[in-house]
Amino acid sequence: MIPDRFEYYAPTTLAEAINLLQQHPDETKVMAGGQSLIPLMKFRLATPGYVVDLRNVPHLDVLQERDGSLIIGAMVREARLESSALIRQRYPALLDTSSVVADPIVRNFATVGGNLAHADPANDHPAMMVALRATLLAQGADGQRTIPIDDFLVDTLETSLKPDEVLVEIRVPQPAPRSGAAYCKLERKVGDYAIAAVAASVTLDENGACTQAGLALTNVGPKAIRASAAESFLTGKPLNDETIREAAKLAAEAAEPGSDLRGPADYKRAMVRTLAARALRRAAQRATGSIAHNGNIGGGVA
Amino acid sequence: MATETETPIRGMGHSVKRKEDARFIRGRGRYVDDIKLPGMLFLDIVRSPYAHATIKNIDASAALAQPGVLAVITGKDLDAAGLAWMPTLMGDKQMVLPVDRVVYQAQEVAAVVATDRYAAADGVALVNVEYEPLPPVTDPIKALEADAPLVRPDREQKTNHIWHWEAGDAARTDELFNQAEVVVKEDLYIPRIHVCSIETCGCVASFDAVEGKLTVYMTTQAPHAIRTVFSLVTSIPEHKIHIISPDIGGGFGGKVPVYPGYVIACVASIKTGHPVKWIEDRSENLQADSFARDYHITAELAAKRDGTMQALRVKTIADHGAFDAAANPSKFPAGLFSVITGSYELDAAHVEVDGVYTNKPSGGVAYRCSFRVTEAVHTIERMVDVLAQKLSMDPAELRLKNFIPPEKFPYKSPTGWEYDSGNYPAALRKAMEEIGYEQLRREQAEKRARGELMGIGLSTFTEIVGAGPSHTFDILGIKMFDSAEIRVHPTGSAIVRIGVQTQGQGHETTFAQIVAEELGLPVENITVEHGDTDTAPYGLGTYASRSTPTAGAATAVAARKIREKAKNIAAHLLEVSPDDLEWENYQFRVKGTPGKAVTMQQIAFAAYTNHPQGMEAGLEAVDYYDPPNLTFPFGAYVCVVDIDRGTGEVKIRRFLAIDDCGNIINPMIVDGQIHGGLTMGMAPALLEEITYDENGNIQQGNFMDYLLPTAMETPAWETDKTVTPSPHHPFGAKGVGESATVGAPPAIANAVVDALSHLGVTHIDIPITPWKVYKILEEHGVAES
Repeated sequence: MIPDRFEYYAPTTLAEAINLLQQHPDETKVMAGGQSLIPLMKFRLATPGYVVDLRNVPHLDVLQERDGSLIIGAMVREARLESSALIRQRYPALLDTSSVVADPIVRNFATVGGNLAHADPANDHPAMMVALRATLLAQGADGQRTIPIDDFLVDTLETSLKPDEVLVEIRVPQPAPRSGAAYCKLERKVGDYAIAAVAASVTLDENGACTQAGLALTNVGPKAIRASAAESFLTGKPLNDETIREAAKLAAEAAEPGSDLRGPADYKRAMVRTLAARALRRAAQRATGSIAHNGNIGGGVA
Repeated sequence: MATETETPIRGMGHSVKRKEDARFIRGRGRYVDDIKLPGMLFLDIVRSPYAHATIKNIDASAALAQPGVLAVITGKDLDAAGLAWMPTLMGDKQMVLPVDRVVYQAQEVAAVVATDRYAAADGVALVNVEYEPLPPVTDPIKALEADAPLVRPDREQKTNHIWHWEAGDAARTDELFNQAEVVVKEDLYIPRIHVCSIETCGCVASFDAVEGKLTVYMTTQAPHAIRTVFSLVTSIPEHKIHIISPDIGGGFGGKVPVYPGYVIACVASIKTGHPVKWIEDRSENLQADSFARDYHITAELAAKRDGTMQALRVKTIADHGAFDAAANPSKFPAGLFSVITGSYELDAAHVEVDGVYTNKPSGGVAYRCSFRVTEAVHTIERMVDVLAQKLSMDPAELRLKNFIPPEKFPYKSPTGWEYDSGNYPAALRKAMEEIGYEQLRREQAEKRARGELMGIGLSTFTEIVGAGPSHTFDILGIKMFDSAEIRVHPTGSAIVRIGVQTQGQGHETTFAQIVAEELGLPVENITVEHGDTDTAPYGLGTYASRSTPTAGAATAVAARKIREKAKNIAAHLLEVSPDDLEWENYQFRVKGTPGKAVTMQQIAFAAYTNHPQGMEAGLEAVDYYDPPNLTFPFGAYVCVVDIDRGTGEVKIRRFLAIDDCGNIINPMIVDGQIHGGLTMGMAPALLEEITYDENGNIQQGNFMDYLLPTAMETPAWETDKTVTPSPHHPFGAKGVGESATVGAPPAIANAVVDALSHLGVTHIDIPITPWKVYKILEEHGVAES
């Protein structure tokens, strides 16, 4: 449990951080909380020669609504989402998500940006951000660019960030009227990665028909999977037992699980169906105000 | 003259707050890793990535070139000193470091000694070991096939079969089975698990070349036994070996064996002339230290149609890994597994166990279990439910019909144990009443009609603890007595030194309470010491719930020896004959003369200042207690579960544990033991198991995949008790540290099977994972869609 030798940097400006990334692009890892990186290094599964810690870089901890979006600075800690009244009241699905990331001690360090940029398909925020259709702001030597979440997530542990780019913030569209979202995660024990998890987001019209649906899956494929067929199916339809069941079935078909210690592939696929139905029901309840926004969601347990 | 002690005595039965907690909750405990000696070096271990391989070459040159690395120790170095192998407690031998082959993954291959922990780790990464992989065998049933890879070619017998052991009456059992009206049979696998104590194993070995003395601070549950074994292995005289077991962060049986790291650290200290610290990291502990359970059991139960149980027949394949390093009493290779007839009156039983070598680390740790009792209890408690289901009887009714009746104690079991005392119907009836059993059954029926899945599981177990009587129990010939030494100081405080070793059991409190009760001294004024072989009397250590039955008894008997001498001093002080005195309300009183009395505090002062002429001064005693029998605590547990039909998750809604451990020293500590034990019993029932792939790679080698439960998985345990004292123990106590670990798993498994019994499910192997349950739900078309 002792890492290989490495050099540690904690720059105090973004420019300095980017400059450090440019010096050894292939041997440098950005640390944004370190809750995945440090264990990997301690097991010597990752042996970066250089670590650039963003902890002292200012302005990466923004958490506010601005220009129609919720802005989450890349270094916003999970614990901050949990304690934020804004998140609790306006974005309960993000609270669903952050409160099932690992355990409270990890969440005191772990960041939303780190959770996304690490691009582990088992991480919880990627699927939620896919369902919410977030965009990401990255900054590199050549300036800033925004990246839609679907383009950001490339493959297992792979994003479209360039080696000298730093993820700066995440932009989640502010919810339209009659919108609701939820994240349902099934785990073997508290703090575990998901056996499977499903993020759902819906917007309803005045008649209760779904005008926009977002549905995405955690840890049942090489990256967070957008269940596009289920989303299309729901669009224009009311959310009832029948449509939810069909959408959940389509979501399960989108999963690409493998068998491992979190269960056989068949089981995980079935769980996507169960969790998709539960997440959609909870999202619909939130959209129609039939439950409190901060209603507590268990993992798999209804 | 005072007639009352000024401070409450708080002896037996008081929930005295634990004395040791004052330092633990302030972070002031002193664990092995807190030991820092001048000039101390650090040891780290190179481990095998293969489960079975020949070692072609070990090249340490790059490691030795690393700054800070002082030495690399290999099996060849140890072999030259005759230390490449060491004896196990079961009469087998075990590699300390291999000379030419490795036999399990994560096995110790070489050791790096360096000036700091980091340099040692870097050195480990630079030791280049050339392996030639061999086919491994990790399934004990396959290991018994003729063409299986041979795990231990060093042995004379060229087979993976280690031993065959049996108990009971085979002929009578077969006869009853042949005539039986009803026979039920199940295959049960009790998976391999690991104790995972919070503190991993480690030591600081310090050899003083001038004195020729080896001092070892180590994480051991049995310091004296370790001293003797070390002396026998190294031929260092026993008085030149000093084992100190400081605060221990959990043992659970996993700190009874001698692991190679301890021996290597001693060799490293002798070789370098410096103290050497070796502390395992979590993965090493989880992957390489000895494991528990791993029993493949086939059980059959014969009964009459009316539910009268008649006979039990059990065949078991026991996976012991590559070395038979179990820490059982030497005459019991399968531990006390033959207590498998449990709480039931059977005419006959026959139990067979075959020990087998596989390419896995050693098995056989008695994980919070008095030597294979967990396996035995799981088997009988599951089989009773299987029979109840077959007969369409309520499992509570079937149990009540077959319990050994209270009037039949002491009871001789069909496999030869003499149960000391018990009242099983009382415990079960109390449990049923407290949980509202009948109402739960009605609720279950209503829910079942609605398609909801709820189950109620019982476990009415009998434990066997406190090894043990010297006629039967020894470890490598050393009888399993235990000891206590008490000295009362002139001002009436006292020190107690005991041969057992606490790892969280609260001995510093409970043993003080025993002395307080016996001598009438306030519990605050009694210090308990243990774990230092230069000062503590010889004892076999703490495991198998033996501390209170053995050393606890020794403490009471030693205190009574002191009281006997005190009586003579009291007679002297009161100027009466000892025959005129009675011990009453913690004082010696003159019979028939109220108010004429002396306290132990007064007597203690007199023992040093005014003792009778002709009597030795001082007030102290030693006792080595040889228990006449084991103690047989028991319990009745009820578990209520709800099953999520969408996910297969099992949620424990309620769990009530009625325990009977005889007379209780400290109810709060017993409650704590039971709460912890229940969580450790739930763990293998629902979460934990260790498996290996076909190449012998461990699949759960870290805490991501080895699912140690947390408070979040732990339900709110409900506890209560009945009290049936042990008739042979000096103060009527029985061991309790392991009851809950042993009793809980079948209650949970029975509850889950009960929830699914209407679908025809008779058995599910633990751990009962959500996917095992969901598969059953799908197969029977009852999964939520």
